[in-house]
Amino acid sequence: MVSTIIKLWQKYDYVYIEGLLGTLWFSAITVFAATLLGTLIAVMKLSKIKVLDWFTNIYIGLLRGTPILLQLYFFWLVLPKALPFELSDTASIIIALIVNASSYVAEVIRAGIQAVDKGQIEAAKSLGMSNKNTFRRIVLPQAIKNILPALGNQYISMIKQTSLASVFFLQELMTSYKTVQSATFQAVPSLVIVGIIYLLLTSVLTKGLTLFERRLQANE
Amino acid sequence: MSREIIRVEKLYKSFGDLEVLKDINETIYEGEVVSIIGPSGSGKSTFLRCLNLLEIPTSGRVYFEGVNLLDKGINIAKYRQRIGMVFQQFNAFPHLRVIENITLAPILEKGIPKAEAEKRAMELLERVGLADKRDEYPTKLSGGQKQRLAIIRAMAMEPELLLFDEPTSALDPEMVKEVLEVIRDLVKTGITAIIVTHEMGFAKEISDRILFMADGIIQEQGRPEEIFNNPKNPRTIDFLSKLLY
Repeated sequence: MVSTIIKLWQKYDYVYIEGLLGTLWFSAITVFAATLLGTLIAVMKLSKIKVLDWFTNIYIGLLRGTPILLQLYFFWLVLPKALPFELSDTASIIIALIVNASSYVAEVIRAGIQAVDKGQIEAAKSLGMSNKNTFRRIVLPQAIKNILPALGNQYISMIKQTSLASVFFLQELMTSYKTVQSATFQAVPSLVIVGIIYLLLTSVLTKGLTLFERRLQANE
Repeated sequence: MSREIIRVEKLYKSFGDLEVLKDINETIYEGEVVSIIGPSGSGKSTFLRCLNLLEIPTSGRVYFEGVNLLDKGINIAKYRQRIGMVFQQFNAFPHLRVIENITLAPILEKGIPKAEAEKRAMELLERVGLADKRDEYPTKLSGGQKQRLAIIRAMAMEPELLLFDEPTSALDPEMVKEVLEVIRDLVKTGITAIIVTHEMGFAKEISDRILFMADGIIQEQGRPEEIFNNPKNPRTIDFLSKLLY
């Protein structure tokens, strides 16, 4: 088994590396865009405007209440037809991943802000601080400490979820598994290789996250 | 008679169906130290929180130096700068060092230069014996130290009125004294203060006037010796008879 794995890697390493690059690219763009979109959704949800609250409830409810694979299919089928311009499969799937992840990011941010003790806001207000300063100087710095660790975990989930793009044969790690498997009929060794790569990737990130969290808590 | 600092008229406050304050009318004058006592749930804290609009009254008027804080177009933050508040739970800012806790609002909201704000903060810290803690974070402080910090944080805005909402209720017994001593020193300087408290001995000693509240109204008020030694209202008599002090 181990020798098969090594042989497979030696012969097809470029396939896996290409897949890894695809995964990294999908992950980076999803993490970046979902953070921006998720922040926007969180701000909308926290605003006191009824329509926005209503909209974000439906948005988050739908995205968290249906399977991500269903959403990928839906975007893949509907988006290219609904838009007036050409949209590649890759773009449709990336958009679906971003939209899905944004709902989770929004909830992490909202929860992090709302978890800040009400007494903190009252203390700031009682000192005569403006709403803007209360949010920027008191609420936000404390919310960030709540948000960042949870967001890091969310990012790791997002990376793993890019593997679903293999259903649509987009170039990423899980698709590399399929490519090598169909060329060699070596399913399990190929799966182990891909698994190890994912594990390395997430381990490095988890470690980084732990160090980062420790730094956040250091000055408290 | 001295200048009036705060006056409330026909103050009502309900939370849903629960009427917490029922037609409060009261005036506090400059330099007065007024303690509010009464059983839990009597509306003492709610009344105090209506004075700086942390709680918005259901109806009525709250005048601070003649200005109705409930008028439309009032920038309440500007008035809150002149009304300090100390909370039961201290509410020190955990992400800021002790000195920053004190200087943040004066620098941001009053535009006081940082150096001057820090100099003033250090004087306050020395006054309450916390000068050596200037660069600590509040999590390193005891409850009593946090509350002393909260008091001077409020003082740093140089308010004309200080509201204390059960300042010692969340403290371990051995820390009550150090906080009461700070408050005692403070009221000696002539600041106007309204104190919601369960520390009867303390209230009796430092107050010019005691308000006894129960069921959302001020049942009885008067000089401390009148209220504590010779209460007239049956609710006051009943309340004081249950105390151990």
